[in-house]
Amino acid sequence: MAAINFIHPPDFKDIAKNKKIEISPLPKKAILLLSQHTGAPSEPIVNVGDSVKTGSLIAQAKGFISANLHSSISGKVIAIEESPNPIIGSSKAIIIESDVLDVKATVESTPAKDISSLSSEEILNLIKAAGVVGLGGAAFPSVVKLTSIPSKKIRTLIINGAECEPFLTCDHRLMLEKPKEIILGIRLIAKVLGVEDVIIGIEENKIDAIESMNSALFMVKGEGLRVKVASLRTQYPQGGEKQLIKTLLDKEVPSGGLPLDIGVVVNNVQTVFAIYEAVYLKKPLYERVITVSGSFPNVAKNILVRIGTPIKDVLDYCGLSPKLDIHKIIMGGPMTGVAQSNLDAPIIKGTSGILVFDKKFKLKEDELDCIRCSRCIEACPAGLMPCMIGLAAKKEKFNIAGSYEPFDCIECGSCSFVCPSNIPLVQLIKLTKLKVKRQ
Amino acid sequence: MNKLTVSPSPHIKSSQTTKKIMWTVVISLIPAGIAGVYIFGISSLNVIALSILSCIFTEALFLKFRNKNPKAVLDGSAILTGLLLAYNLPPHTPFWIPIVGGMVGIVLGKQIFGGLGQNIFNPALVGRAFLQISWPIYMTAWKNPRWWPDAISGATPLAKEASTHFSYMDLFLGNRPGSLGEICVIALLIGALFLLVTKIISLHIPLSYIGTVGIITWVFGKDGFFKGDFIFNILAGGIILGAFFMATDYVTSPLTKKGKIVFGIGCGILTAIIRLRGSYPEGVCYSILFMNAAVPIIDRFTKTKKYGLIKK
Repeated sequence: MAAINFIHPPDFKDIAKNKKIEISPLPKKAILLLSQHTGAPSEPIVNVGDSVKTGSLIAQAKGFISANLHSSISGKVIAIEESPNPIIGSSKAIIIESDVLDVKATVESTPAKDISSLSSEEILNLIKAAGVVGLGGAAFPSVVKLTSIPSKKIRTLIINGAECEPFLTCDHRLMLEKPKEIILGIRLIAKVLGVEDVIIGIEENKIDAIESMNSALFMVKGEGLRVKVASLRTQYPQGGEKQLIKTLLDKEVPSGGLPLDIGVVVNNVQTVFAIYEAVYLKKPLYERVITVSGSFPNVAKNILVRIGTPIKDVLDYCGLSPKLDIHKIIMGGPMTGVAQSNLDAPIIKGTSGILVFDKKFKLKEDELDCIRCSRCIEACPAGLMPCMIGLAAKKEKFNIAGSYEPFDCIECGSCSFVCPSNIPLVQLIKLTKLKVKRQ
Repeated sequence: MNKLTVSPSPHIKSSQTTKKIMWTVVISLIPAGIAGVYIFGISSLNVIALSILSCIFTEALFLKFRNKNPKAVLDGSAILTGLLLAYNLPPHTPFWIPIVGGMVGIVLGKQIFGGLGQNIFNPALVGRAFLQISWPIYMTAWKNPRWWPDAISGATPLAKEASTHFSYMDLFLGNRPGSLGEICVIALLIGALFLLVTKIISLHIPLSYIGTVGIITWVFGKDGFFKGDFIFNILAGGIILGAFFMATDYVTSPLTKKGKIVFGIGCGILTAIIRLRGSYPEGVCYSILFMNAAVPIIDRFTKTKKYGLIKK
């Protein structure tokens, strides 16, 4: 494939990009889902009635691909039960009632001065202990991504600051406000992976973030680490791991493979920041920055919020009045996010934003027949033919649909976005993936 | 708080709709229609009106018959078929010619396959081919531009018995006999430019089609090897109308860029062969129809190359 297809949806970033990161108040109750990362759910190590501190380990990683889970507030475990899950409806969670004291467990108050004595293994253990997962959305356990496989030499570390989803500005703000910490995080990861080349990819609609990161590069000067900030055209879905690798290195990850197959590891900027905190502050991942944005500019904010905070509390803090004409509430970006029906569902590690839409964002519902305009083909960043999968899936011919490579689909939603006939192509592809697997 | 709407992602969509696309193509055809009516006189407006009305009426009838939403008649596709059919007819025909053509185009060309998006052949060309075979006399009764001394002409520039010499400028401006909407190249190009700018069509089909006709008629033209008058061949018939407005019909052309180029070249080869060796003076209609039938095969062999298709 010569070049990747991208689309150019309006970015809506002006709404929140100038809002400094605010610290959101503690929730009265934190709902900590055992399954909020890719892989096996973590296993509770506390019982109902136990007292916990902020940052106490409450559930342990189970198996290799899993992650530790920590309490995000101090207080008492009041239940371990099925709770609303913003992605899959409901799943098991540890529920903690706050004592409002926010007593920290192991977190250091000032960053460690010198960490050069730490070995790669010690760094990895700290990352693992802190339960760090990919904060770009997929929530893949970071330690798994960074653990070296002897046969695969990693040459390039890519830091994903593309933030290509419209509306979202949390990574943007973090690059503006914490560039030095991100650079220190990069140095840790580079050490663990043994790479000398690092590229920070940032889209050019965040020109100040590009400047900010460039101005922090002095921190690694003269260390033999080549860190470069690359300004990228603004296009969707450039923040997709495989797409970012292609634009930055002009290399393709083999179908069905991983970036490490071609010697690349990609980490989101916020993940890098979490790794910095895990190592320098011994701070578990119990809070993250999210963007609240959408139709109502006066509630737009970038906030540092505790994992497990119910969506409702976040919106209350942002001043969203229930009297407003709210049409839809989305967790994540508008292209891949999940519409919420229950606002008791909590913020999870992979949450990058909460969007509140009014009726202006109501979508047309009437679906027309495909007119073979091929817009979806020209939009697909994986080089697929979404309409062919969609047409076959609609006729329940899943063997035909399956022959058009649905498993290479990254589910970015570009095909559905461009379809003039309003066909839910990405859903039909997801359905095909399920059906073909089942056979 | 109101009830929250839950729907699958994406939660924003591009503003382009199928209806808008159809109407944009209709608008792009207006300059050529104005030129045709100006050149051949107001009576040719009847042909356009009857053709469009026939298509809309037939479409509405069939939507009702098939228990479909009757509003779909306004999606712009039926009026587009009617317009394109009229542009393919002589500027002056018996009133029932466009009516029958429209009915056949909509019924046999579109609705029996299942309506919008399902048809194999370009509906307007199905109507035109039917008329050409059934009433060849009416379909070749050409009219001269209204400022010419004799009103009825025997031949279009492409006809083998054509005696008049046409300058390139005549052909470019449409000062010649021919089908209603095909003659004024400049008006067609204005419309085509509009479609290109609004990204409704790409250049893959028109360029490969016109280029192929140009090359073949140059190499194997009447005036000898590598001496053919390819400019005349490109300007004289219905290639500009066909290549930009009919071969590019989404439903009946291939999906991928590669496929579109193959399709365009195929149309070009067939048109050139029909013109140089066939018994018809013009071959655009049948070339496109023939290539329409080949689209499923072209699609099969011109799939996109997916990301990451490399040996592991």
